Amino acid sequence: MRQLHQFHGGVHPDTNKTQSNSKPIATAALPSKLVIPLHQHVGHSARAVVEIGERVKKGQLIGMPEGHVSSAVHASTSGTITAIDMQPVAHPSGLPELCITLIPDGQDEWTALEPCDSWQSIPHTDLRHRLRNAGVAGLGGAVFPSDMKLYAHQHKIKTLVLNGAECEPYITCDDVLMRERASEILQGAEIMRALLYADEVLIGIEDNKPEAIAAMRAAVTAGQHARMEVVAVPTIYPGGGAKQLIRVLTGIEVAAGVRSTDLGVQCFNVGTAYSTWRAIRHSEPLISRILTVTGNVGLPQNFEALIGTPITELVAQAKLLPGTTGYIMGGPMMGVLLPSDQAGVVKATNCIIAASDKLFPPPKPVLPCIRCTRCADVCPAELQPQDLYWYARAKNLTKAEDYHLFDCIECGACSYVCPSNIPLVQYYRFAKSEIWAQEAGKKAADAARERHEFRESRIEREKREKAEKLAAKEKAALAAKTEKPVVPLPNPLPEGEGTAESLREPDVDDIIQLKIQAAIDHAKQQAAAVKPKNTEQLTPQQIAEINDIESRRARIRGVAQASVDEHKE
Amino acid sequence: MAFSPFITKPASVSQIMLHVLLALIPGIVFYVWFYGPAILVSITLASITALATEALMLKLRNRPIAPFLKDNSALLTAWLLALSIPPLAPWWLVVVGTMFAIGIAKHLYGGLGSNPFNPAMVGYAVLIISFPAHMTHWLTPGGLGDISLNFSDQLNYIFQGILPGELKLDAVTMATPLDTLKTQLHMNGQINTILGMPIYGYLAGVGSEWVSAGFLLGGLYLFAQRIISWHIPAVFLATLLFAAGIFHLVDPAHYVAPLFHLFSGAAMLGAFFILTDPVTSPTTPRGRMIFAFGAGLLTYLIRVYGGFPDGVAFATLLMNISVPLIDAWTQPAVFGRKDKP
Repeated sequence: MRQLHQFHGGVHPDTNKTQSNSKPIATAALPSKLVIPLHQHVGHSARAVVEIGERVKKGQLIGMPEGHVSSAVHASTSGTITAIDMQPVAHPSGLPELCITLIPDGQDEWTALEPCDSWQSIPHTDLRHRLRNAGVAGLGGAVFPSDMKLYAHQHKIKTLVLNGAECEPYITCDDVLMRERASEILQGAEIMRALLYADEVLIGIEDNKPEAIAAMRAAVTAGQHARMEVVAVPTIYPGGGAKQLIRVLTGIEVAAGVRSTDLGVQCFNVGTAYSTWRAIRHSEPLISRILTVTGNVGLPQNFEALIGTPITELVAQAKLLPGTTGYIMGGPMMGVLLPSDQAGVVKATNCIIAASDKLFPPPKPVLPCIRCTRCADVCPAELQPQDLYWYARAKNLTKAEDYHLFDCIECGACSYVCPSNIPLVQYYRFAKSEIWAQEAGKKAADAARERHEFRESRIEREKREKAEKLAAKEKAALAAKTEKPVVPLPNPLPEGEGTAESLREPDVDDIIQLKIQAAIDHAKQQAAAVKPKNTEQLTPQQIAEINDIESRRARIRGVAQASVDEHKE
Repeated sequence: MAFSPFITKPASVSQIMLHVLLALIPGIVFYVWFYGPAILVSITLASITALATEALMLKLRNRPIAPFLKDNSALLTAWLLALSIPPLAPWWLVVVGTMFAIGIAKHLYGGLGSNPFNPAMVGYAVLIISFPAHMTHWLTPGGLGDISLNFSDQLNYIFQGILPGELKLDAVTMATPLDTLKTQLHMNGQINTILGMPIYGYLAGVGSEWVSAGFLLGGLYLFAQRIISWHIPAVFLATLLFAAGIFHLVDPAHYVAPLFHLFSGAAMLGAFFILTDPVTSPTTPRGRMIFAFGAGLLTYLIRVYGGFPDGVAFATLLMNISVPLIDAWTQPAVFGRKDKP
């Protein structure tokens, strides 16, 4: 038995998984339209490469990755592009995004694919390139472009962790995927292992999924996968968080802002491994995913649905029940309420929960914090949520940062246990967004100052060049009068910069040198006065995260402010 | 339900407070057993006063009244205060103390969750400083005194200040066992002879040792229910035990055995119910231990060298004021940052 580690805290909400995990994966019916956002992943949005009216085939590239961190977007089926416009999307920000609307023609006709029998013979750079062009991104919910995570950082990576923990209540898409398609997940993991030069592969699955554990173990044996182990981990929320699973499996704690690869671990969702295999072996881009449809529906189950399938058409197939008040994408602990039931399934959509007042009663009235520290007891990041709450509420943002606000993973365990019903996570989101806003303001100010300083130095340079020209002229003039050397020089320099008082017997070259030197010194002083720039070295991942977060900011800030105001005494 | 998490654990402030109230019941049962039902009158009086003061203050502060009255926190303050003052106390003593605790110590500092001092202990401190005579007359436990009062006698005294016949208050009350010990020691008594007095039982005072045991029992229930953590009670009692133990070992004739301290006065009530008040105690595990250590040491020093019969209340208040500092100094390392200071 492998020695497992524990992480601090965690909670045990009702798992509500049995409703949906007993049926096999159903293929969702071809929808009447597909609404495919161009920005489904972390990083830069893809650029539309089709036009309205154009006929596309299934798997055809419709969004070209742009920039370093980006991912491709494809037509989920064959049909006609009818619109490229802003639409409500399934994203935490709730802001509309550029989407491509595709009306299927019912043919489901594939574009030409190039399956590959032996990926081992393909250079690693090509493999990464194929993943990027297949639009493979993290399917656990983070949607980070997978190719960016598959670099072997100086061959330091020892362990590849496959995350099949699935700790959020209600969600069972990874569970059924592991039950039904274990061998393909493992073959995808082999590609990942090769790209990372990782030694061992550890597959963490919570022990409330015995069928998935058995299926994956059987597949490891059948596929003769060496140094690959399926590990049953305790069922506890948020045990499926990447940091928590890495901790449980390896004992390593990856602090906020630290790359796990620097500590020798990389982590992928099992669904991502599956998509990696499909993309490399079959050359199939990521145009569908397994997702759970559950909650207030008559037939809760998992569907394989095309990216872009409108939520409303999907829940209809699960026999939506009356009394539905909205749709949660993701689980009840970290999920988001969708802005519209017309939004399409995206790569991040692991679960759709039809919400009703019975399943999710409206929040109870908020009481003051009594410092009971139940939140601190359950916080997996080992923070002091009661202090963070205090500082966030007082908008004492410096203190909030001192108390490690940015180590908060927003798992919601604190809000879940709070006896005063305080929406703690909401306060932390609010405080984070305030800090980002301040930093964005600071960056803008830095840029303005930089521009100003550049202008100053340009003017200084022009002055210096003028002075040099003038000096050259004087030199010529003096050279013409060499016969009369003992003539006092008119002070050639402006008042206060006098260097000429000692010039009884001026050496012409010296004077000129002095003048030039003075101009250079002045410029140097100016340069020295310029304060060092903000030289934070941000990784592409961090920049991508910041960009992503920025896009969410606007809405979170607005609504969080409203909710904070509402909850203020 | 606009934001995650969309589910919450069914727990509430009012339930937590209710558990604490329930946990006080074993101690109250022993109280009634040894001192008669007068304590129930005090508790009722204090409860009514607390709820009325709470409602009034909430109204003055423009806060919603119903949700706060239902949180049971005012009731808990009332019960703790009633259990801290002599069972045979005039009604106004209870009322004044409770009004001060709720109105001033709690609401003027911002109400539930914002008071830096334990309201019940502030109420107690006000009473013992303002009315020391009334605060030191404890009913003699049943069977010990020459005369014992029945319930109607007790009611008459509480509400009208009348005792049956020509009885003086001194005839039915006594100083607490802790107080008696201190006074006797001042009069050059020896521990052995003092403890031979009839008011002392197995470990400490007759009656009060059982009441303490009742609070210990209730405290263990709170621990089992995970309403309190072990840090404060364990460290407080251990410190008291340790301090008393050292003095007792050095000079057993003048310093009483450590178990006497544990089962006397408000040691058990303080350890499990007063010092553990989350609002006025530290939030970090290390902080709680420092807080409890300080409270234990101060309790012992005030008991032995101070002018008051017990030290728990003042030790609590002194440590309450140190809480923000203790919290700031004892921030635990967070996930992934444990190797750094």
